[in-house]
Amino acid sequence: MMSDIDIENKVKEIIVEQLSVPAEKVKKESHYVNDLGADSLDTVELVMAFEEAFDIEIPDDDVTKITTVGETIEYIKKKVAEKAS
Amino acid sequence: MPQYNKRIVITGVGVISPIGNDIHSFWEALKAGRSGVDYITRFDATNFPCKIAAEVKNFAPENYIEDAKRIRRMDLFTQYALAAAKMAIDDAGVNFEEEDRSKIGVILGIGIGGLPTLEHEHTVLLQKGPSRVSPFMIPKFIPNIACGEIAMTYKLRGPNYCVVSACASSTHAIGNALQWMRCSDIDMMITGGSEAAVTPLSVAGFSNMGALSLRNDEPKKASRPFDKERDGFVIGEGAGILILEELERAKRRNAKIYAEIVGFSATDDAYHITAPEPEATSVVSAIKDALKDAGILPEQVDYINAHGTSTPLNDKIETLAIKKAFGEHAYKLHISSTKSMIGHLLGAAGAVELIATVLCVKNNIVHPTINYTTPDPDCDLNYTPNECKEKIINYAMSFSLGFGGHNAVIVVKKYE
Repeated sequence: MMSDIDIENKVKEIIVEQLSVPAEKVKKESHYVNDLGADSLDTVELVMAFEEAFDIEIPDDDVTKITTVGETIEYIKKKVAEKAS
Repeated sequence: MPQYNKRIVITGVGVISPIGNDIHSFWEALKAGRSGVDYITRFDATNFPCKIAAEVKNFAPENYIEDAKRIRRMDLFTQYALAAAKMAIDDAGVNFEEEDRSKIGVILGIGIGGLPTLEHEHTVLLQKGPSRVSPFMIPKFIPNIACGEIAMTYKLRGPNYCVVSACASSTHAIGNALQWMRCSDIDMMITGGSEAAVTPLSVAGFSNMGALSLRNDEPKKASRPFDKERDGFVIGEGAGILILEELERAKRRNAKIYAEIVGFSATDDAYHITAPEPEATSVVSAIKDALKDAGILPEQVDYINAHGTSTPLNDKIETLAIKKAFGEHAYKLHISSTKSMIGHLLGAAGAVELIATVLCVKNNIVHPTINYTTPDPDCDLNYTPNECKEKIINYAMSFSLGFGGHNAVIVVKKYE
């Protein structure tokens, strides 16, 4: 079962790879579109990468709620915990 | 004979090829008769009947494309096109800040496009389901995206589209660009072609139709156009880009001028999906149309850069076409096939071969057709076997003949 730190690191790793941004730029408050230069296609692919990495489903309604790195980390932690229980 | 008010010249060239990723290396390799064919590395070809290809080597997209994210979104053929375009634009010494970008267009010839992306995403679809197919799949694989990416990079807002005619794609694209230059008020055209389709489906498909050479034990000798032992073409990849401008404009900005493009023609065999029409009727008419467009006689042609794929049928029919169109002069002019060294670049073939032709014209050297060891009675013309030849070349022609009977011919003239 992934620890909170593992989840946080994995999320950041995926973002660095998908958006080709340096790791230092990826902070909890970073907004995908405004801060990290993501466009609509990037966000779709990011969500797919998260689903794949954590073996979870992220419904479309939830996608609109996770617009920053920090929101994503919290969301995934919750989803992973739900899966475990 | 058509009259054109404007003379159109080539002011910059860029190439990514199996024998060199810049014009200097490319030309040196052509003169030296070096083969770019080797064993396939793009995928594991162990179980494939054909195990050889002419791949591009040591290509680093980050040398040409600044944004790493953009590179991720591009299939290999688009990366090659951008790299060759950058080199051609740098070569031409164009400063787009000083140009009206709404009058600069991009027309490339691409035969297949993003097959690597298509095959990868199809595997994802089958293994993981539709929800996992990349949102970038469509924009990565469509052939025209290479033209779009060049426009985006340099903010060029003129005519922009992709021409598809299999192995004749980029010759048709260059001809199209020529027509825009001659007949509209467009200032500049970036044209040529790109292809990177060395994939399992492609190699399997081409082999099973009998088109590929199976000379797996001697890769560098497999592409042997016009030779009696030829047994098919070697699939290749790469890109070639040329910058076209009107002559007076080119002179005003002191541009380097490689050659003048003076003729273009296009015909169709109307015969078979892959085999050339046995009497070469439409190839002959393409040659004659191109000569007429250029306003020259057959006897004025010094060099033909042949389509010369190294298939039993093409080389024989192409030879017949040359004899029918040129008569006795067919035996006096020099012919060579760039494919003997770089393999068949499919949609990019016409562009890279036209660049080779232009370099021959500029340098008065005919590059060789390598691997020519056994003459074929059906192919008895002068194919410049194995070694390059010094020759004053005033007029040269480049032929491209594509599956579907698509014939395209370009005529270039020495600029002095």
